[in-house]
Amino acid sequence: MTLTKEKLITSIYDQVGLSKSQSQSVIEKLLEIIKLSLEKGEDILISGFGKFAVKSKSERRGRNPQTTEELQLRARRVVVFKASGVLRDKINGG
Amino acid sequence: MNKSQLTEALAKEEGLPLKKAEDVVNTVFGEMEKALINGERMEIRGLGSFKVKEYDGYKGRNPKTGEIIEVSPKRLPFFKVGKELKERVDVE
Repeated sequence: MTLTKEKLITSIYDQVGLSKSQSQSVIEKLLEIIKLSLEKGEDILISGFGKFAVKSKSERRGRNPQTTEELQLRARRVVVFKASGVLRDKINGG
Repeated sequence: MNKSQLTEALAKEEGLPLKKAEDVVNTVFGEMEKALINGERMEIRGLGSFKVKEYDGYKGRNPKTGEIIEVSPKRLPFFKVGKELKERVDVE
């Protein structure tokens, strides 16, 4: 079973005791705060869970593997996630 | 931004008592953790998706000493950034 936003809304409704519409609004807001922070290049650190960080990649020469044509890939910024040691241990049954 | 700063920002912007915001943040990451422990996939639109990859055990080597060591099978969580977040974070 895939965990979706819909299920998170239900969990907040059940466990926190907010109304359905408040639960929906609060999850959207939480996700927006996280996305905005990353957009500004600021990491999100959730102790016991992991870290969402923004990495800058410099431009590089790449190749289209299908046509082998060389091309210039521009500098990018990407989001990476690193699971905390605690979470990794739990996932491995620790 | 850490968990308590996230909680404070959420309380302020949603007009929630701090305790409620804390419960929300703990519920969200708690449910995510549970899903990953159960090996379930997770898909949060706009943010990204998580899945757990399984690795077989293998014989490895300590690169410093050359000593052969047994690496046991393991499971690692992987995050794939969603379209919206990917586009918002990238520089044009």
